[in-house]
Amino acid sequence: MLFRGTATAAGSMVLVIIAAIAIFLLVKAIPAINKDTENFLTYKDWFTDGDQPKFGVAATAFGTVLTAVIALLLAVPVALGIALCLSHYAHRRVATTLSFIIDLLAAVPSVVFGLWGRDYFYEPIANFSKWLHDVAGWIPIFGSNGPYGKSVLLGSVVLGIMILPIVTSLSREVFLQTPPENQEAALALGSTKWEMIRTAVIPYGRAGIIASVMLGLGRALGETIALALTLGSVFAVNFDLLGPGGVTIASNIASRFGEANEFGRSALIASGLVLFAITLVVNMAARAIVYRRREFVGGSA
Amino acid sequence: MNFKRHGLIAGIALTATLALAACGSDNNEPTTSASGGASGGTGSDVACASGTLTSQGSSAQGNAMAEWAKAYQQKCSGAQVNYQATASGAGITAFQGGTADFAGSDSSLKAGDEQTKAAARCGGAPALNLPMVTGPIAIAYNLDGVKDLQLKPETIAKIFAGTVKTWDDAAIKADNPSATLPSTAILAVHRGDSSGTTENFTNYLTQTAPSVWTFGKDKVWKAPGGSGEQKSDGVAGAIKKTAGAIGYVEWSFAKTNALATAKVGNGAGEFTALTGEAAGKTIAGAKVTGTGDDLAMTIDYSTKEAGAYPIVLVTYEIVCSKGNAADKLALLKGFLGFTSSKDGQAQLDKLGYAPLPETVRAKVEASVKNLA
Repeated sequence: MLFRGTATAAGSMVLVIIAAIAIFLLVKAIPAINKDTENFLTYKDWFTDGDQPKFGVAATAFGTVLTAVIALLLAVPVALGIALCLSHYAHRRVATTLSFIIDLLAAVPSVVFGLWGRDYFYEPIANFSKWLHDVAGWIPIFGSNGPYGKSVLLGSVVLGIMILPIVTSLSREVFLQTPPENQEAALALGSTKWEMIRTAVIPYGRAGIIASVMLGLGRALGETIALALTLGSVFAVNFDLLGPGGVTIASNIASRFGEANEFGRSALIASGLVLFAITLVVNMAARAIVYRRREFVGGSA
Repeated sequence: MNFKRHGLIAGIALTATLALAACGSDNNEPTTSASGGASGGTGSDVACASGTLTSQGSSAQGNAMAEWAKAYQQKCSGAQVNYQATASGAGITAFQGGTADFAGSDSSLKAGDEQTKAAARCGGAPALNLPMVTGPIAIAYNLDGVKDLQLKPETIAKIFAGTVKTWDDAAIKADNPSATLPSTAILAVHRGDSSGTTENFTNYLTQTAPSVWTFGKDKVWKAPGGSGEQKSDGVAGAIKKTAGAIGYVEWSFAKTNALATAKVGNGAGEFTALTGEAAGKTIAGAKVTGTGDDLAMTIDYSTKEAGAYPIVLVTYEIVCSKGNAADKLALLKGFLGFTSSKDGQAQLDKLGYAPLPETVRAKVEASVKNLA
């Protein structure tokens, strides 16, 4: 009885906290949005000072989603490859050491990633951007002819490295849980190791993979200081990956909060509300996908 | 099992992290020994007092404050001065809330809400803006083979507004008839965070090149294009590592990063190299617009004074004229008296700031004496 009460209290606490956050954001945000002289959802820039405050989340929300999606596209294939290697290919002792090292990567503070990206990784990416433009400049997203500085590409690659450990260690755990019977059955039917992985391991772990990707996406959407340091903070809505540019909701909050007056802070909190909503939608989508796949994998997810 | 073993390792790692974090977090509490009363100067004319001063604000004057706090604490053994270089806005908020004894700010308190709240904190007496740290803003650039770049205000405005895109543009050629300019693309670097440096720089552009610079003055960067960097060190670092980059940054950061700085055209029609003396000439021409002990200043960026470097930044200490805590007052007067003394101002030159002109400095010193 006591245990049940405690568990219920803990469970409802989550709801209370979420509701409290939502109410706090709404209370702070609504007055600021009301004073906005431009459309909060479609205006690109962020000028909150002065008598005629003009601000909107078009560029920041777009940048948030864009960097997160590119980071996922870059990180997920690598992460799944590492996870499969660790669970099915590498020698057990090597796998244990390697997975420990990958978990360590998750413990590196994001500001370190940001400074590393800004000061050291910047130059290889600038050279790579130049090469990419020379080779594939006819594709609009690589169309920028320089100067190559802090771009969406740099921010996304750093972000991709940051979400690598989460996706890797979660999907590794999922792959390890594949019932040996399924794997042995596949092998017994004459499949090669890769066919066994394709027919037994990956379908079994699909829901888990999606869940791990969604967790990675959650981290990517909320990442703050690493992107504030590696993006060019240019408020524009376009798919130019190489030129100076990129801004996200969280990086904008990080760089503007210190000098903002009270109204400016409310406006930034309003943008936080948008991020909250985006994250909520993403999480619900993930839940829906996992739920839909549940029967397929036998209810173990 | 695998999981258990991992759990064990993770547990050890967690414990180690917590232990390390605990070690790291306990060194920022100053040892307090607050007790008022001047205890006699040990230095030549430094008024010593013991106790702790807490202050925060503008990062543009962070290096100056760190140097002054160190020097003052060396002279006065019982004194502890803490200055956190957060941001002007944060400093003012902390001052209004009573958690900072004074605030450093890149702009004077604005009439209205800011002044009212500050006065409320000071028990009804107005808060003062005391100009304390002034410094030139350098136009730093990275362009191989081009020394002594010369730029008129209109050209600077065009570069930062994004209308001049390459270094061999006709506008830059017109300012530098003898230089061979490459066709490198220009990367105009600006501050991505809000900053008083941006406010002063855009104010300069608004006043000197109004036909080109139509974005007004603001703490945040309003022009399209370019690349934003966090803080002054970010701007300086980006210029240093990018060929073809140009940006505005406090002189101290240009110096420490060994960046080339452009000669800037002034109202007298000449190109002036950046020196402490040249910047001091512009500051000397600034008008004090505050009344009484308040010394808020307005800078004439299009100064016609010969040899003046026009782009300067004035930062203030914001402090209560009356109603300061009794146990802090002696130390507050002692420390600010030191920073506004000739000796104190002279220490800033090597850091890349310019000393206050004598006329202004004497007024600041007098205002500090009147604090109560």
